[in-house]
Amino acid sequence: MFNKFNILCLLFYSHVLHAEIYNIGPGLNSQEQLQELMILARPGDTIQLKEGVYELSDGLSLTQNEVSVKGAGMHKTVLDFSEQMSGAQGLLVTSNNVVLKDFAIINTKGDALKVIGADGIYMVNLRTEWTNGPDTSNGAYGLYPVQSKNVYIDGCVAIGASDAGIYVGQSENIIVRNNIAQYNVAGIEIENSYYADVFDNEVSLNTGGILVFDLPDLPQQGGHNIRVFRNQSSNNNTDNFAPKGNIVATVPRGTGILVLANSTVEIFDNEIHDNGSINLGIVSYFEETDDPDYYPHPRSIYIHNNNFSNSGYNPDVAANEMAKTLASLAKEDMPDIFWDGILPLNQMVFGQPEEERIVLGDNGDASFLAIKPIQFLLPFLNPVNRNYIEYQTGSRSLDEVKFKVPMERFN
Amino acid sequence: MIGNFFIDVCRKDIPLSFFVLILLLFDLNVNAAVNDVAIQSEQLPKKLSEFGFFKDPVKQIPVQNVIPYELISPLFSDYARKKRFVYVPIGKKAVHRTDAVYQFPIGTALIKTFYYLDDERNKESKSQLLETRVLLRKENGWDAASYAWDKETRDAELKIAGKTINSSWVNKEGELMNVRYRVPNKNQCQECHESNNKIIPIGPKTRNLNKKVFYSDLNGELNQLQYWISKGIIDSHSDSLERVVAWNDINKNIEKRARSYLAINCGHCHSPTGNGASSGLYLNFTEDRPKQLGVLKKPVAAGRGSGNKLYSIVPGKPEDSILLYRMRSTDPGIMMPESGRVLNHNEGIDLIANWIKSLN
Repeated sequence: MFNKFNILCLLFYSHVLHAEIYNIGPGLNSQEQLQELMILARPGDTIQLKEGVYELSDGLSLTQNEVSVKGAGMHKTVLDFSEQMSGAQGLLVTSNNVVLKDFAIINTKGDALKVIGADGIYMVNLRTEWTNGPDTSNGAYGLYPVQSKNVYIDGCVAIGASDAGIYVGQSENIIVRNNIAQYNVAGIEIENSYYADVFDNEVSLNTGGILVFDLPDLPQQGGHNIRVFRNQSSNNNTDNFAPKGNIVATVPRGTGILVLANSTVEIFDNEIHDNGSINLGIVSYFEETDDPDYYPHPRSIYIHNNNFSNSGYNPDVAANEMAKTLASLAKEDMPDIFWDGILPLNQMVFGQPEEERIVLGDNGDASFLAIKPIQFLLPFLNPVNRNYIEYQTGSRSLDEVKFKVPMERFN
Repeated sequence: MIGNFFIDVCRKDIPLSFFVLILLLFDLNVNAAVNDVAIQSEQLPKKLSEFGFFKDPVKQIPVQNVIPYELISPLFSDYARKKRFVYVPIGKKAVHRTDAVYQFPIGTALIKTFYYLDDERNKESKSQLLETRVLLRKENGWDAASYAWDKETRDAELKIAGKTINSSWVNKEGELMNVRYRVPNKNQCQECHESNNKIIPIGPKTRNLNKKVFYSDLNGELNQLQYWISKGIIDSHSDSLERVVAWNDINKNIEKRARSYLAINCGHCHSPTGNGASSGLYLNFTEDRPKQLGVLKKPVAAGRGSGNKLYSIVPGKPEDSILLYRMRSTDPGIMMPESGRVLNHNEGIDLIANWIKSLN
């Protein structure tokens, strides 16, 4: 028995021995050394970044599967791109099963960390930051996995992105947990994605806290099965500083959570407060589109057990159309939960299919406002529906997102 | 190794040694040609010379079977000039495919040397060799790498992490141009050459090659695909397939010129299978849906690349078009393409601006 165990141990260790650990520290030649390691690393290898500031002039990239890149901590190992001269992002990853942990990427000219088409990307205790605070000339995204599967973002900090601090686009199987997002236009954005759990995040001081969006004319659309729970989304009252043309430029300052054109979203157990325009908004895609495959209205949104307070006390009426409309309809009584009420014409007349309706559970003393679009267009009719009970029609919980996360590689 | 074997044989068997000597001479002859082993080996050679592509590396004169070729409309690379070569192992052939690169056999090498003329006004002025990029068709797919030239050694050295070359030259207008020329690292090669997660060549498609070229060995012009057939490296091509036009051929239709330009400069990433697929903006030559081509298409994740503009292309309004804005920038957070240039391509910008102006 003991022998067998020994042999097993040997097998295990021989496997481990094959995996190299490359140690590297900051220096004059950081750029070339680090990039060379990222090219030479083989599956199983770890690149260990010692404490220090690495001054980098060009974007880095990793194309090898199953590599780990680890630093000494998000405030100790800093990849500094302040003097970046080339590369659309700080670090680009295009391979599978990569672990990135315990380092910071700061002041990149474009995105901080972009991941394209990965199956398995694990971002743990990373920091992405533009250190000059909110600024239109900051890069767009902090953590930016796109067209990826099995995306895990845990314990990260994202500050100052001119679009979203944490942005998961056109992806599937997503866990975003324990992160802090501040002073971005959007704190966390899940866009055109399937099966995401966004929980235990602290999202404050952005323009909008958490966005769940679906947009047209993209290879993957029809975003669905998104759970947003146990987050704190508060004080997201930073003026919108996104460059125009980007969808987040249309988000009103003071938004807690905004769901746009997504299907099957469950929002529960969140603390949502002190957002100057709206604590929680549910809206349709408001631009023109001729994409025949695109459904522009939110469907089956289930909101329950959240703790709302202090919503809409300073709506973004000067800069934002949505906030202006809402404020003019709500008069002085701004709701916690707002639905724009826009539906396909036949549904506005004959009603929504039961399974597509918004469902409100118990949300304490949260207030609700929906627009009645037909009344809105006609004179002398009250276009506002504040009848919360009308939407208390049961429950519609979604399944937990599950996939294998290689915790053993996080040590 | 063969030498030792020969000595061994000499000791044992005199008649056989003559036979081996002949074999050795034959082997020497092969040595003067391309090193097939170097192309296919897992490990990339440290020096370009190990491949044996060139008779005269500095003048870029290739050995036999390394065949020069041109693209009708080439990629812009900071005004660098390029020489392209293809090597297909003797006895093997590449297979024509519609709207795709030729399917090259294992052992193929595509070779591209980048250089500046010291003075573009004088064709006889000295060339500065910058780098030679190779795409090697190995057993398990294409491998990509670049070799940076060293004046001293008259050879180029493998640079897997890339290299920065500060260079300057005088352009056609007589201006001194300075450039922080970037030799791409191995991953960057892959970023542009990636399609459906595999490395593939970009240029050698029938539609990009189907044109006449001057051949010194023929002392005249010939269609280069005909020439390839005569050299036995392809069997056929499709003459009926729509070809691109030279982006700078002012006698051609502006729409065709613009689409040809966008195809070779952007279409490898901005296609449904490229690394820019998530943008939904597709600039490959065969794309024909206006929205996907950028017409009144909103950006998705452009960030400050949008330049506060609302659409990729606004017909008739180049100034309002994100596509042109990003071509005009050299800021890494804004510019397109993301890599492969640090300078603006003024003539390309003019072409795309005029094309957008012509749209309605």
